[in-house]
Amino acid sequence: MKNEFDRRAFMRISAMSIGAGALLQFSPLAATARGNAMSRLFHKQNGEGPGAFSIVQLSDTHVGFQGPPDPLGTKAFERAVDVINALDPQPDLILFTGDLTHDSDDPAEHARRFKTFRSISDRLRVKKRMHVPGEHDAALDGGVLFRENFGETHYSFDHRGAHFVALDNVSMGKPIVGDEQIAWLKKDLARFPKTAPIVVFTHRPPFDLKPDWEWFTSDGDAVMNVLAPYDNVTVLYGHIHRENHHTTGHVQHHAARSLIFAFPDPSTAEKKPLPFNPQQPFRNLGIRTVSGNTAARPFVAGIDDVELSIRELSGTEGIQQMLKQGESL
Amino acid sequence: MKRTFVLIILIAVAQLGLSQEPAPRVVEITAKRFEFNPKQVTLKRGERVTIRLVSTDRAHGFLVKPLGLDLDADDGKPSEKTITPDTAGSFPAICDHYCGSGHANMKMTVIVE
Repeated sequence: MKNEFDRRAFMRISAMSIGAGALLQFSPLAATARGNAMSRLFHKQNGEGPGAFSIVQLSDTHVGFQGPPDPLGTKAFERAVDVINALDPQPDLILFTGDLTHDSDDPAEHARRFKTFRSISDRLRVKKRMHVPGEHDAALDGGVLFRENFGETHYSFDHRGAHFVALDNVSMGKPIVGDEQIAWLKKDLARFPKTAPIVVFTHRPPFDLKPDWEWFTSDGDAVMNVLAPYDNVTVLYGHIHRENHHTTGHVQHHAARSLIFAFPDPSTAEKKPLPFNPQQPFRNLGIRTVSGNTAARPFVAGIDDVELSIRELSGTEGIQQMLKQGESL
Repeated sequence: MKRTFVLIILIAVAQLGLSQEPAPRVVEITAKRFEFNPKQVTLKRGERVTIRLVSTDRAHGFLVKPLGLDLDADDGKPSEKTITPDTAGSFPAICDHYCGSGHANMKMTVIVE
């Protein structure tokens, strides 16, 4: 397929790099009567006919965050940009699932952090990039700075035969989507057949993963009720700074790792960031690939995870490799 | 006539007494960035209790899902809910209204015994 990633090339790059988040691959709709009908529907509505597509998910870059447990600041994010830019062919879409920035009580400082995020992400060769806010981006100002930089906090679009929905479950301060947005979601999806491939991307898990750690969305059940009639729904989210896979009904949820530091498994007693290891500065940051075929029923995503290392760069691992000449922590 | 009047009064007083439950104990919790005060409260199983959340600076939440508590308070706008806990245990309470970079540490414990 012309637009499909060379997965081996990606794995080769990622194996010697830090995590670039999640890579999704979908095949075009099969040439069945249902696939043709779907193709006509998407094409008629917005000119986006089905086709192979490949996307990368990045999450929780927390630009502006300094200090323990990760003293490296934006270095993981910058490295991820280099990794993605080295992909051949390039992905055609990048999704950012929130906490692009770390908040500040000073709005001017927070605005500078958004600017830094953009200066780094603008280095990506992939120009089609979509964002949803995390609570660190939008909870203190109701999403004002996010909108100034990226537009609305919830929206939808079609991309090569799949319908993408950006859901905001942070900007009201609480972990909530809200009645208004849920009504919008219902209306937005109503024009699609129940078999349409739908990708929802959001920040917090829209289900009770661990409410004591604020890993939930309080009206997530209402969101799931809207999604329930649709057969092929994938939810991509961030927030929890670790990989996680979960199923509610026939909806598949996948959390991406962060590009700042990792949280422990939710089965542990305490939500304490995993300690930074200078000998393995990007430990617990990794790459996940997700592949599937939207024509398959039921749709089942194939997941690949890569243990990350930068050893191949110089034969050793360590923080010194990430520092520029004369730079110290 | 007089005896009937006294009887009516007695019945009315008795009914009034029967219809009035004792007022629930009020437990007040103060929220400010990034802490609750007190850090721990103890409730009794089967006891009606009103949890009142008071904020002294900005919007905060108070979430204890197993006890059905999901309160929101802002400066000058307290909120409360009356519950009767029926399960003993130690329950973490968190602020679930994002309030700044120390928000993740804003938690306390509710014990039901």
